[in-house]
Amino acid sequence: MKTDFDVIVIGGGHAGCEAAMAAARKGARTALITFDAGTIGAMSCNPAIGGLGKGHLVREVDAFDGIIARAADDAAIHHRMLNSSKGKAVQGPRVQADRTLFRASVQRQLAAQQGLTIIAGEAADLPVKDGAITGVELADGSIVTAAAVVLATGTFLGGKLFRGEEISIGGRVEERAATRLGERLRGLGLPLSRLKTGTPARLDGRTINWAILDEQPSDEEGWTMGAMAGGRKVPQLACAITRTNAQTHDIIRSGLDRSPLFSGAIEGKGPRYCPSIEDKIFRFGDRDGHQIFLEPEGLNTHLVYPNGISTSLPVDIQWQMLRSIRGLEKVDMVVPGYAVEYDYVDPRALDRTLGLLAMPGLYCAGQINGTTGYEEASAQGLVAGANAAAYALGQDALILERTGSYIGVMVDDLILHGVTEPYRMLTARAEYRLRLRADNATTRLTGQALEHGLIGSERRDWFLRRMEQRDSVMEELSIEKSPNELAREGVSVRQDGTKRSLFEWARFPEMEKVIVDLAPLLASVDADLRDEILEDAHYAPYLERQSAEIEELHRNEAIRIPATFDYDGIGGLSLEMRERLLAAKPETLAAASRIAGITPAALAAILVHIRRRSESGGQAA
Amino acid sequence: MTDTIFALSSGRPPAAIAVIRISGPHSFAIHSLFTKDATPSQPRAAHVRALLDPDSGEVLDRALILCLPGPDTVTGEDLVEWHCHGGSAVVRAVLAALAKQENAFPLREAEAGEFTRRSFENGRIDLNEAEGLADLLSAETESQRRAAIMMADGHFSRRLEDWRGRLLACSAQVESLLDFSDEDDVPDEGLESGVRKNLADLMLDMAAQLSAPSAERLRDGIHLVLAGPPNAGKSTLLNALAGREAAIVSDIAGTTRDRIEVPVSLGGVAFVLTDTAGLAETTDDRIEQIGIDRAKQAIDSADIVLWLGAPDDSPREDAICVSAQMDRVDWVESEGTTICISARTGKNMAVLVEMILNKVKHLIPTEGSYALHKRQRDAVTNIVQLLRDAQLETDLLIVAEQLRLSRDAMDRLIGRSGVEDMLDSLFSRFCIGK
Repeated sequence: MKTDFDVIVIGGGHAGCEAAMAAARKGARTALITFDAGTIGAMSCNPAIGGLGKGHLVREVDAFDGIIARAADDAAIHHRMLNSSKGKAVQGPRVQADRTLFRASVQRQLAAQQGLTIIAGEAADLPVKDGAITGVELADGSIVTAAAVVLATGTFLGGKLFRGEEISIGGRVEERAATRLGERLRGLGLPLSRLKTGTPARLDGRTINWAILDEQPSDEEGWTMGAMAGGRKVPQLACAITRTNAQTHDIIRSGLDRSPLFSGAIEGKGPRYCPSIEDKIFRFGDRDGHQIFLEPEGLNTHLVYPNGISTSLPVDIQWQMLRSIRGLEKVDMVVPGYAVEYDYVDPRALDRTLGLLAMPGLYCAGQINGTTGYEEASAQGLVAGANAAAYALGQDALILERTGSYIGVMVDDLILHGVTEPYRMLTARAEYRLRLRADNATTRLTGQALEHGLIGSERRDWFLRRMEQRDSVMEELSIEKSPNELAREGVSVRQDGTKRSLFEWARFPEMEKVIVDLAPLLASVDADLRDEILEDAHYAPYLERQSAEIEELHRNEAIRIPATFDYDGIGGLSLEMRERLLAAKPETLAAASRIAGITPAALAAILVHIRRRSESGGQAA
Repeated sequence: MTDTIFALSSGRPPAAIAVIRISGPHSFAIHSLFTKDATPSQPRAAHVRALLDPDSGEVLDRALILCLPGPDTVTGEDLVEWHCHGGSAVVRAVLAALAKQENAFPLREAEAGEFTRRSFENGRIDLNEAEGLADLLSAETESQRRAAIMMADGHFSRRLEDWRGRLLACSAQVESLLDFSDEDDVPDEGLESGVRKNLADLMLDMAAQLSAPSAERLRDGIHLVLAGPPNAGKSTLLNALAGREAAIVSDIAGTTRDRIEVPVSLGGVAFVLTDTAGLAETTDDRIEQIGIDRAKQAIDSADIVLWLGAPDDSPREDAICVSAQMDRVDWVESEGTTICISARTGKNMAVLVEMILNKVKHLIPTEGSYALHKRQRDAVTNIVQLLRDAQLETDLLIVAEQLRLSRDAMDRLIGRSGVEDMLDSLFSRFCIGK
């Protein structure tokens, strides 16, 4: 077996696969270590990809030539565009995936990647020399060396499963935990804490009374997750919708005293926006019912995923609860739901490359950083993998800005604020979301991806062609027309005497039908490119207004705070502010301004001290 | 490390007592040097001590002393107060002795407003309270003092907190519609119209604050302009209101050739009285002509005009028409006159002052209210405008953008920030989840 690499990735989940692929695309000799090569690409919870905020992340990873969107398209058996009635910037593409097809697609993509080796084994230790990582020691004692290591261990670090009073050790049901590695990380003095998440029972679809339930069909339009998918690949299935009821709630209440959430057995905090059903009943007892989506897990399986009732109640209560629900009166539960509690590293210990400040060469991605969701995991995998490769190969780091991508927003949030519950992407987190749309991810990011060597030749050609088309359309739209000229061409618009470019005219409602007649090139390009440009036009006045704000942000981003900066020496900072700044270690003044509780006065004080420091430094030199 | 600062904090000597404040990390050490106390004085208790010059050992004064350990002090730092005898020589000697210690400690005389700035920087007061405090220190009239106290006590800050809370709640509702509307846990129906109503209410409340008087008006005084034809008695009236000879009085028409401005306090309210050149119809004197033009400008920008000419010629409809020379033998009351007075004998002067005060009631804050500074008014105006735009917008995404900008403006006003606050507000209201 080959034992010398540039980058080693530990973990074969969504973060690990994306990290390994990104590193290998950049030309790093990469190894992926996992317990069992057969489980690479497994979806451990909901068999769905995308959603609000999450769909944005998937499109962004795709813009970097990542694998998650391709795997989702290879496996998508149900499509839904969330928020389709609202503005494009908050529309979230979401698909349900056939688990088997998804996993097969991920494994196929990994196998086809040059320079990527899969190693089946348990990573047990991280040898360190002179304060830097040197590789991974496997449980059998063999050593694999690399300049950079990415930890993408998901819930396997110190993982503990809960079902009522039953507690077992493991990262996923019937899979063991990475206990030794967890101990090792504790030994390295990393700031570890506990979080919890949960999953619902899996049902036998043959025992569900589909006929009496409302059906939710797949979207008719042909959109896909990936920009280059070229259409849908597998047959579409419908979901069904049902609800909990008063009887369900009574059954749940009767089991609360045996729930590990309420008995105190689980210490970790769960996500507020994806609570277990017992949490929903406990906190919002006045609701008469909660919606459940019954989602088929694939084309060749009878398993059904009941979305909305994640639980760690005892198995007998789970049975009663399910059978009290309309359509599930005779349902068979194949695997009961459970909660999992696991270790995570306080992400404030990371920098913008997702590398650990205290251990050069060691990177973290996914649930180990306190996030939840496949999409969040794969986006971090991309960043950590690309940067691990850049570190090992001596290339420029990949830094994604908050103003330019959801990935940038997430990384910035994580490393500055840390987490108090599993972090999920929401569009509300992105202050510049009007420009960060799922439909313009390619335009925003693929250029940067190209510079960092993350793009394969196929996407590069496609991207260059697309940008050429985009440029020529934009040139066509820059032609200025007065209202009179438009009237002469048979278009009635407001006669306010203002000459505007066609791009500016495009946002007026009276132009909607006719803009393509005025701009033949716009009519000739792909529908998604056309929609993207028109959407840009629609929000252009707001984007312009934001530019001043973003410029100021960039100015503050340019003011670096030295890593050794002494906050204790600043008079104007309260103890609380000092603690937060020390934990987050903001790299720039702009980052410091985003930390909760840091006032403008405090920022001014920090700025004065940075200036004073650089002045006195200048004198000394 | 932060400098320790000192200054005379009470008014200009001579006075009964003079309070000298020392604030900063070395204030207790410096204090011990002057009192020769081996053990530090008991905190937060008043003692009488001799203050000795540390170099010569000479007694400077016997003072009442207070040691206040930080951070629970007005500046947030260790603070010492010496209540000395208020003679000029004493104060000068003590300050000079302190200044001599500048070589031994990072110590210096405080700059103007530095105690307040430290108080703000150490989080003891917010920006609005700091501004209120600055006003309080410079308040000369009763109404200025009242408004400044209200501001320094944080009344406006509390109002802002209320507005901010409501703005966060509206944002949370809009965000929930955007991020969670496809999950039935957020009740879609009614929520949007509810948000729009809350936004309208908030906008009206904030707009109402804008119609209240401004701090600058209060501080700089209300502009009262005396105008009328030449020799109508304007300067005599001005002198009577000012209580001193500010304008030259003569029987020669056109004596006052330019504006004369006099600050006065009437009934506890600050005024700036402007005496203008008489508005002669025509004049050959170019200097007098310039004076007349400037008088017209003053009349246009005045808060109140006292018109001393024929009521029919009054330059502004809202002017108080005064017949000013009822002591003259040839005096007759003309029709439309609001009030007849004699500045010379004082007849009806009290009534005129009362009338003026009534007229300016809406220009000064009433009991229990406060006045906004330009910075605060600009921010509130900006937010009101954003909320107005938000209401006219049908695209929820744009509504959310306007609310984001409003939150930013509000946070700058208060000096805080955070999307996380908005999310907290969101999650405490809804049961959100799949």
